[in-house]
Amino acid sequence: MSSDAGASPLIELEHVGRTFTTPAGTITAVNDVSIALDAKEAMCIVGESGCGKTTTGRMLAGLLRPSSGRLMFEGKDVWTTKGDDLARFRKAVQLVHQDPYASLNPLRTVYDTISAPLFRHKRARDRKQAISVATELLQRVGLTPPADFLIKYPHQLSGGQRQRVSIARALTVDPRVIVADEAVSMVDVSIRISLLNLLLALRDEFGVTIVLITHDLAVARYFAQVGRIGVMYLGKMVEFARTEQIVADPAHPYTTALIAAIPEADPTIARTKRKVELRSAHVPSLLRLPPGCVFHPRCPLSEPGLCDVTVPELLPLQEGQEVACHVAMRERVPAAELLETVPAGVATEPG
Amino acid sequence: MAKPTQKASAVPQDVVLSVRGLSIDYYTRRGPVHAVRDVSFDLKRGETLAIIGESGSGKTTLAIALIRLSPRSARITQGQILYNGERKVLDIASLGDEELRRFRWSDCAMVFQAALNSFNPVLTIWDHFLDTARAHGSPGRAEVRARADELLGLVNLDPERVLRAYPHELSGGMKQRVLIALSLQLKPEIVILDEPTTALDILTQRSIIDLLRRLREQLGFSMIFISHDLSIAAELADRVVTMYAGTAVERASVDDTFYRPRHPYTVGLLRAVPNVSGALGSVASIPGSPPDLIDLPPGCTYSPRCPFAIDECRKAEPALLAVDTPEHDARCIRWEVVKEKVGSAEQPVAEKLAAS
Repeated sequence: MSSDAGASPLIELEHVGRTFTTPAGTITAVNDVSIALDAKEAMCIVGESGCGKTTTGRMLAGLLRPSSGRLMFEGKDVWTTKGDDLARFRKAVQLVHQDPYASLNPLRTVYDTISAPLFRHKRARDRKQAISVATELLQRVGLTPPADFLIKYPHQLSGGQRQRVSIARALTVDPRVIVADEAVSMVDVSIRISLLNLLLALRDEFGVTIVLITHDLAVARYFAQVGRIGVMYLGKMVEFARTEQIVADPAHPYTTALIAAIPEADPTIARTKRKVELRSAHVPSLLRLPPGCVFHPRCPLSEPGLCDVTVPELLPLQEGQEVACHVAMRERVPAAELLETVPAGVATEPG
Repeated sequence: MAKPTQKASAVPQDVVLSVRGLSIDYYTRRGPVHAVRDVSFDLKRGETLAIIGESGSGKTTLAIALIRLSPRSARITQGQILYNGERKVLDIASLGDEELRRFRWSDCAMVFQAALNSFNPVLTIWDHFLDTARAHGSPGRAEVRARADELLGLVNLDPERVLRAYPHELSGGMKQRVLIALSLQLKPEIVILDEPTTALDILTQRSIIDLLRRLREQLGFSMIFISHDLSIAAELADRVVTMYAGTAVERASVDDTFYRPRHPYTVGLLRAVPNVSGALGSVASIPGSPPDLIDLPPGCTYSPRCPFAIDECRKAEPALLAVDTPEHDARCIRWEVVKEKVGSAEQPVAEKLAAS
């Protein structure tokens, strides 16, 4: 890592890993993941349950100490800094949680929730000032008229409104990075886009870097239109690329399978969409990860003697696309060849 | 309360379940919640019907009322549910306990939301099969075993392994498969699935969708599924009922629903969902939030959020009006204006609206 201040990213996970000890044994939730983000980036981490995306998000937000590797903020190792530097990091990176029903204190009004960090971080000295800042923040997140919302308790708000309060709370400390963990998964479909737009507006207007963690690739595509998507599987980053690259022509067989499996809100596409036939539907346990590439027992491209022996590294395939796959690196199998064609009008799989 | 005004025999032969003018209230301290209001639809034999709507639209209330599993606080205030089976014709609302018990599962089975919680954790999967068989006139163990083997095979599970397992030993996708197998145990004519793929991972979702498609082809049952997820409807349904604030606002074939919606809410909902393939188009949320079901707005319940609304919309709740074809209706007096805007091309709504 260069120490040149101009070139170092705003926030960076350097080869981080994280293990957890459970009664059944030690599990590796995240294994050797690196993410570097500059100011004003929009990035998504995508994966299925158990892939380590939430653990990665929590390490990025400095809430979980990596078992190996480093979290760097403005070129400094966060877990060895103290005092003012640490306080600066804590304010600069904020997390918005998945469940707006659980992440707001039910006994506190919106004003209480938002004013607490304002007082704590001395952005407000008295109630009058706190009300004025809170009003501004509520306006910012689209809860208008703010005076009506300040006096409300969480149970008086809808899921979408609660999530807006969570975002307003994150904004109280002028963060430079927001990590949003499945922030739209629990709100109704009709208002998801407006929440994503709100997060994107924060990026455009204040240059906040936003990392959205989601299992929904369609949401990721919309959110990170001009950014990047990282795809995780069993603790590894298997592909990391520009959004349009990932969606249009993924390189890793897992990404290809994932994109091909997504249900489409378009009956014609749904009837004719091509699928990837995996070798196994069984997801290995994190307690007993397969040797070599963790995806090899399910991968249609797996080569005995290579994929089940050597762990593939995440390497650049082309400009703006990194992939961790021996076969993709060697011969660049286009996504189209992995897909079995279902002729138009035939809606069933051969049974 | 429900008074049969029509004989069950009035149901056309090709219709297996007919819901007519059904209204359901929940009684609460604040007053009655009008959870379902005047919903009608016919489920044809072998057909798959999707009921889509957001939280609070009344879709689950409607579904559990179809097998009369509603909580005590719920009351059917109006309407009929008529079952026109090959074996019998029944008016569900007026069934006695014993008839109802037999109707459930052997004529109409239901796969509930949250597959993980539908099992008894201290019984093996085999016990679940055996219990179901015993509750509905007990065939011999060998017969139950043969049926269980057949069904588990159909849902791509290994009976040897699965029958001995306790629910906690199975993954989410396997549990959903076992529930589907259990629902088919007594050869029901109708299977109702409430959010069958919610909370499952993408690859598992895909395998459940493909499985349901194949089972429907092979076994020919009729299917109703409830979902907030439009893409599941696009994948599986023949026809779609769109619900908003307790009532059916649009009923149409799956292609008409996705390419030629005529109710502004359906248009808004379709536009709110980004896709992975194809153009992103003009994706946008619906402004505002759904109404309070105790204190509904006057006139059309969608009018406060509707970009097409005029003064007349706020005067009276519109009836379901026939649009385009006899098989397609929408509860909107402005549907012709919506039609002008959305058009009739075979193209997703978000793309069309981006082009215009």
